Amino acid sequence: MTWLAWRQLRTSAIATFGALLALAVVLALTGPDLVHLYDTTVKPCPSIGDCSGAVAAFGKKYNFLQQLLTIVMQVTPALLGVFWGAPLIARELETGTYRLAWTQSVTRTRWLATKLALTGLATAALAGLLSLAVTWWYAPLDKAGTNRFDGSVFGERGITPIGYALFAFAVGALLGLIIRRTLPAMATTLVAFIAVRLVFSQLIRPHLLAPVRATFTLGATVNGYASSNGGPTNLTAGNPSDASLQNAWIYSARIVDASGHALTPQATASACPQLANVGLQTPLPPAGSAGNVHAVPAPGGGQALQQCAAKLSTSYHTVLTYQPANRYWTFQTLETAIFAALAITLGGAAFWYLHKRLS
Amino acid sequence: MSSALTAEGLGKRYGRRRWALTDCTLEVPSGHVVGLVGPNGSGKTTLLNLAVGLLSPTTGTISVLGRNPGDGPAQLARVGFVAQDTPTYVHLSVADHLGLGTHLNPGWDAQWAKNRIDETGIDTTQKAGQLSGGQRAQLALTLALAKRPELLLLDEPAAGLDPLARREFLQTLMVAVVDNGVSVVLSSHLVADLERVCDYLIVLAAAHVELAGEVEHLLATHRRLVGPRRDPKNLPSDWRVIDARHTDRQTTLLVRTDTPIHDPAWAVEDVDLEDLVLAYMSQTSHAERNRRASLRMQP
Repeated sequence: MTWLAWRQLRTSAIATFGALLALAVVLALTGPDLVHLYDTTVKPCPSIGDCSGAVAAFGKKYNFLQQLLTIVMQVTPALLGVFWGAPLIARELETGTYRLAWTQSVTRTRWLATKLALTGLATAALAGLLSLAVTWWYAPLDKAGTNRFDGSVFGERGITPIGYALFAFAVGALLGLIIRRTLPAMATTLVAFIAVRLVFSQLIRPHLLAPVRATFTLGATVNGYASSNGGPTNLTAGNPSDASLQNAWIYSARIVDASGHALTPQATASACPQLANVGLQTPLPPAGSAGNVHAVPAPGGGQALQQCAAKLSTSYHTVLTYQPANRYWTFQTLETAIFAALAITLGGAAFWYLHKRLS
Repeated sequence: MSSALTAEGLGKRYGRRRWALTDCTLEVPSGHVVGLVGPNGSGKTTLLNLAVGLLSPTTGTISVLGRNPGDGPAQLARVGFVAQDTPTYVHLSVADHLGLGTHLNPGWDAQWAKNRIDETGIDTTQKAGQLSGGQRAQLALTLALAKRPELLLLDEPAAGLDPLARREFLQTLMVAVVDNGVSVVLSSHLVADLERVCDYLIVLAAAHVELAGEVEHLLATHRRLVGPRRDPKNLPSDWRVIDARHTDRQTTLLVRTDTPIHDPAWAVEDVDLEDLVLAYMSQTSHAERNRRASLRMQP
């Protein structure tokens, strides 16, 4: 049965792995240059000065290739589900060839098992090799200024793409078996995969592990006086420039008093009337986003801000909720394992459906 | 003689309401070429799919060569199947299909398959999707026979073929049957085809078995009678009237009887297979029409 499954996959497998090879060649040719640039511009920058300029300039290298890789990493698992998963069984049911396959001297259980295993293996291998190449290529850029927990980056590096691809493949195979027509199966696979990915990264990933809470002084964290989402103007806090928080995934930075009550705008206004003269500052990115929030004092109001923070720090402090950077691989492993387990469950459902409903 | 196919109270329902086959009881001895005939939608495909294990019964039982259909690789190896419309993998070549047969069947006769394809003149490098209907049917037949089955089931294999291709197909089928000693069940609604190859007949109509038996026996026990007009009630009790037509002065009957007919009032004629099949099929359609009419009259 392996022979037939491979014969059916062969053409598209060769084309797909060929495309991967072509991409790998491009990455192999440009990757060493990125390492060299990192070593010559970013690494020595503390001794030269202007580090943020060097980092920004380095981040724009191979901009086209970076954008291309972002797209490739985002769509590859979905495409594998749509083009390898959905037609795997749907096309046989649609064109009637299952009647040829199931009446050879091979049970349909083995038929399904072989098809799922072989194409699933190719899917995992493709996603894994792609991610390996991309993660390697991106390493200097990531080291320079990317938080690997960042929403999209997290799913474009490491082992998570393998989990996504396997899951997309299994969704496609099962939907193809149930819907029995190739095109509708492909469309629903795409929708289902995107929906699960979004729900997982938005709602489930932050709860995989309980975050760490740490308190910091206002002086180290207050970074602006602004109105967020049209609310009243108040002090805002970011993450302090603390080595332990480098590349951490910051959930929130809240200014609270000893009993945990948040700092009210009224309390700020009465304690620091001078801030009202500074005027509205541009709101900083919300602390819940995973990116590094750089502490930038409000222009022209830096001194006033520091004075205010010092005044309030007797009764207030900042509580930072975050996932430490060293949990990155724990998150990668957890998310990959969950998606792989979902894929295996869907595969099991396919066997059940094949026996219960298709006869 | 052992039985090729046995069904008892066999029924298959699709969805919640549509019965494709009901209460089908029959026994087909092995060593025959069985014609399974009936109008479209009469349950031929369903019966064959049940026999090969593609479907499982809703009611009753079916056994093929003494075992459950599709029950493990060994049973699958004993039954060859040519599905309706002879499906093939359009993107795979003819040689790939032979490779498929080699790898999926322990009893595969590669040499025989190769010779068969060479005889038909099909280019083995061609993709199956580029074959003509006749060539595709020949390929499907080769796949089904080269696994060396004890029973070969064919579902309307010649339906889409032109008369010449149909004749070639049936010829190769008959040669293979003689060479391999395989039992065959062949469904068709083309009686002329069946007449040439079958020695056993099953008539299915409206999801029921109407008639089953050896062709020779069936032809010997059915007679067409033409005589003066009679009331059907006054006929001998051992006659089963399959079809009756009356004009003002004359009555034409198709009857089944085991006893010879000596009444000189009747002109006795032999029937051929086509007469027989049409009579049984139209009998059902009359009955079906009456049943529907009576249903409609109910409030």
